[in-house]
Order: sequence, then C-alpha cells, then structure tokens
Amino acid sequence: MPVRRLLIPLALLLALVASGCGQDEPAPTAAAPAPASRIVSLSPTATEMLFAIGAGGQVVAVDSNSNYPEEAPRTDLSAYQPNIEAIAGYKPDLVVYSDDPGELAAGLGKLSIPALQQPAATRLDDTYAQLDQLGRATGHQAEAAQLTATMRAEIEKIAAARPERPLTYYHELDKNLYSATSKTFIGQLYAQLGMKNIADAADKEASGYPQLSAEYVIKADPDLIFLADTKCCGQSARTVAARDGWDQLTAVRSGDVVALDDDVASRWGPRVVDFLKTVAAKVQTLEPVGS
Amino acid sequence: MTVTERRPGHDIPVAPGPRPARLRAGPLLAACAVLAGAALLAVLVGPVRLDPWAVLVELAGRLPGVDTSSGLSDQEAAILWQLRLPRVVLGGLVGAMLALAGAAYQGVFRNPLADPYLLGAAAGAGLGATLAIAYGPGTSGWPVDLLPLAAFAGAVAGVAAAYALGRSGPARTTTSLILSGVAVAAFLTAIQTYVQQRESETLREVYGWILGRLTTAGWREVVLIVPYALVSTAAILLHGRLIDVLAVGDDEASSLGVRAARVRLVVVAAATLATAAAVAVSGLIGFVGIIVPHTIRLLAGSSHRLLAPLSLVAGAAFLILADLAARTVIAPAELPIGVVTAIVGAPFFALVLRGARRVP
Repeated sequence: MPVRRLLIPLALLLALVASGCGQDEPAPTAAAPAPASRIVSLSPTATEMLFAIGAGGQVVAVDSNSNYPEEAPRTDLSAYQPNIEAIAGYKPDLVVYSDDPGELAAGLGKLSIPALQQPAATRLDDTYAQLDQLGRATGHQAEAAQLTATMRAEIEKIAAARPERPLTYYHELDKNLYSATSKTFIGQLYAQLGMKNIADAADKEASGYPQLSAEYVIKADPDLIFLADTKCCGQSARTVAARDGWDQLTAVRSGDVVALDDDVASRWGPRVVDFLKTVAAKVQTLEPVGS
Repeated sequence: MTVTERRPGHDIPVAPGPRPARLRAGPLLAACAVLAGAALLAVLVGPVRLDPWAVLVELAGRLPGVDTSSGLSDQEAAILWQLRLPRVVLGGLVGAMLALAGAAYQGVFRNPLADPYLLGAAAGAGLGATLAIAYGPGTSGWPVDLLPLAAFAGAVAGVAAAYALGRSGPARTTTSLILSGVAVAAFLTAIQTYVQQRESETLREVYGWILGRLTTAGWREVVLIVPYALVSTAAILLHGRLIDVLAVGDDEASSLGVRAARVRLVVVAAATLATAAAVAVSGLIGFVGIIVPHTIRLLAGSSHRLLAPLSLVAGAAFLILADLAARTVIAPAELPIGVVTAIVGAPFFALVLRGARRVP
C-alpha cells in the first residue's frame, strides 16, 4: 500500500518536471487558414502573448491560471485536467495549449477544433517563434514581428550592460530548495547578464531542476538570491533570513534577496523583458557598470 | 496453555509457549551502538566537507567544562549546528516514531501488513497539509508555520474517524477497523486530490511534502516533535506485554483478564500521536514502519517487550542512514528521502526475508 502511495506522486512529479523541460517541436497542427476569431487559451503564457500582440479581442476564454493581463476572460477551465466538452462549449475556432496531459489533442481533433500546442520554451528563440506563430494564426503578424523586434532590442541592451565580474546567484523555486540551472529557460535569461548559477554544480542527472542541500547553499554563499516562490509559498526576504543558518549568507546580510513574481519568473512570454529588467536593476546595485 | 494452530486472519505466530519473554540487554545495547555509529557518521559526512576532527572538537567544545577551539569558520559552525545536527536528530526521531508505531500497529492488529499509515493517518495528514498549502495564509503573515499543525491535526482526525467508524458497526473486529481505515483514507485522499487540482500552483509543494522531506529540518521541528515522541514512546513501551497477550486473540486475552479493546485503543492512540508528529515535520516517509519492525522480528523474536524498544532504536538508525544517503549520493543535490527508504529498504527487507528461517 505505501509503495503505491509513493510511486504515483513520484511519477506525477517526474512528469511535471519532464514537461517543464520538454523539447520544443513547433506544433505541426495546422492553424486555421482564416484568422482565428474565437480563441480559447489553456496556457497562461499564450494568453499573455495573445494580448501583447493585440489579439486579445479574439480570445473568448482563458484557463484558470491565466491571470495576466487583467482583462483576459478568465474561466474555470483547467489546463491540468482539460474538459473537452467545456472547451467546446465556447465554440472556439482555435485552442492554444502548452501541455497535453492526455487526450486533449485527440479529443479536440475528434470535434474538428483546430489546436495549437506551444510547449514551454527552452530558449528565447522559442518565445519569438511562438509569438510569430500566434501572429500568423490570429492575423496579427505585423504586431507580433514588432513585438519580437522590440524584445530583442531591449534584451540586447540589458545584456550589453552586464558587469565584468560575474555575480553568482541562487534561483529558488520552492522552499524545499528546488532550483533551476543555467540550462533551463530562466537560467539562460540570467546568463544574459553574465551571472553564474550555483545550482549548476548540483545537476548531475541533468534534470535542470535539482533540489539543493541547504548546506551547499550556505557554503556556495551566492551574491544574489532570487525567490520565485513568493506567491505559491509565501516566501520573502524575511522568511529566508529566518531560516536556520541562512543568516550566514552574504546576500541575506546585505539585503540582496530579491522577491520575484512567480508567474513572471515561470512563463516565457513578453514579460521576460520585465524579469530581466528587475534582475539587471539589482545587479546594477552590486556591480555598477558604465560609471 | 499451548497454542499451535494458526487462527485464520491472524498471521503473526502466536507467542511461543510458556517461556516468558525476558527483556534482554544484549540486543538493545547492540542496537544502540549501531544508532550511535550511524548518528556520528551522519554528523561527520555531508554535502559540504567539514574536517572530521574539527567537527569532533567543535562538538566536544559544547560539553560543560570543556573549552576548545575547533577552527571551524562561522559559516561551517552554522552548517554543523543549524543544518546538519538538527537534521540528524530529527531523522532519528522520525525514524524511531515510525518504526515504533509500525511495531505497535502490527501487534494490536495482528496483521503483518499494518503500517503507521494504515488507519488514515497518511491520508488525513495529506489533506491537512494540502489545505494548509493551498488555502493557508502565506508563511510571512503568520508567526507559526501552519503546515505541520494542519498535517498533525489531519492525521489525528483521520485515525479518529476510522476508529469511530470501525467501532460503530455490529462487527467490532480488527478487520472492520482496518476496512474503515481504508474507507476513510480513500475519502480523504479524494478530497485532497480535488483541492490539489483546483489549486494547481500548489502541486509541486504538495508532492514535495508527500515524498517526505528532512531537507529543511531545524531545531524548531525537533522541539515540535519531542513531547509527542516521549508520551507515545512511554505508552507503547509500557504496553509491550499487553500487546503480546493480544496475539492470542481478543477472546482468549479477555479470559486472561486483559481488556483487548481498551489496550488496542490506548496503543493505537499512542502510535497515532507518534505517527502524526513524525508526519507533521517530515511528510510521508514510507516503508520505515514496515521494514524495521519486521527485520527486528526476524532477528530478535516477536515479543513486543523487546520488539518495541528495538524497533525504536533501529528505526532511528535506519532513517539517519537513509537520510545520509539522500543528502550525499548526488550531492550537492538531494534525493527525496521517501525514494531512498524504498530503494534501500525494499531489497534489504527481501534479503532479510530470504535469510530468515521462519517467516512471520
């Protein structure tokens, strides 16, 4: 009995991690030839992208986790357990989703509802490609091109101001010290600023998302700590400072624990620029550039 | 009296013959030596290399009347005192509680498959923890961490519900109690899964909790668990002889002047308290409550007067070693402790079973 109880969550956890770092394969499912006018988005990132390229007016429903932007038509639709009947009830002519937990694509296919899969990006280029894809599917190709050009330029500008001394950092996903390495999408964003990730040494099985030992974090003593578990798990600079032994950390002592917005830090949409600006501003306070 | 037949459904061999089981000091001393060795090894070894000699000097320096300088830096001292040591102590306490509770459950239910999670403790704790993670106010808004309290309350409530249900029907047997436990567990797990699906951003944290964890253990957790550990341990150890009597069956036990239902209630309550306290601070760590008591039973016999204290000590040693593996095998990353206890424990148990001349 305990075996089953442990193995099922373990399998689910692995699936969750695996889906987080799945290879991108621009979905072969063809979008409708005419611009989609009734879109259902089951992916918070896709929702952000659709609104950012001016296709928000064509979106009729978004899933329960699509909390940005404010005006997105949020519904009870679940992206984890998609209910195909409920989705079909919105009479969509395009369904955008990130992960297929089972029969989503097959079910939509049976109802002849066009579907577009946009899996978690593994590189910034995936983000640009997905924006472009959504632009074409919705008839907002020009806006999408405009947006990707702006994003590229802004990120280039931020990366150009990287400090000479590479700062070390720890990116926290939850309070059990799960982290993300440089190979992950978020890790590559930090790398744009020339930063070094303390989790890289811990990723022997190459999952990209190792669980670190508290001892190791203390020993590594990173210059900066970024918390991507502020909304999910209520973490803050104060709770981090209160952890046993963490008062030893330079970043804790000097106030260099940065509370991120979990959502911004876990999505691969247009707000990655905001994320980079937040990080860059903090880096700038430690290692001023161009003064 | 001599009882040689096996009663159907009563799988544990009846306490052998007229020879009363005496508490022998030898096995207990040996187990304590193993525990001391495991604890020492676990303190000396970790993902961050600390000079073993300096660690020993540092530890000795805290003894009254000893004044030494270990040469450990502030950072290294913090790693030793605030991270490594509490984790070893907590691992020992949790392992001890789970193994003791397992031995007690197996005794009072006369069922070798009984484990501390049998009567809905795991499901109740899981629901409590999930509710705390999903709907509890963020840690920042509260002076205390709600999660262990909710898990503790859930575990106790789960077992209480199973007990009430099992005692309410016409058939007041241990089987009806176990089946009530199954029903309660299924019901609570269903609610937990529902909440988890509704609040999908909590998935990661809930699964992390279900897999068991000692990663963020500190002295706070140790302080939290110790009072319950003491009470439960005392209660179960004092009932060792009575649990032995239960092995002959409820009717025979009552003819010997033992009120079986009452003994069972007290022991289950104590074991539940122990389990709930362990689960509250460490999540669901499986296998300890099954593997450790059975191994002890094979090595040292099935009298609970010896089995209970030996399980306590061996459980502590086992979990300390399992956690040592969890934090060093892929260091500086961590393995989930529940995975280690399963991967190490199951084959080890199979070996013990093969080597045993008699199977319980």
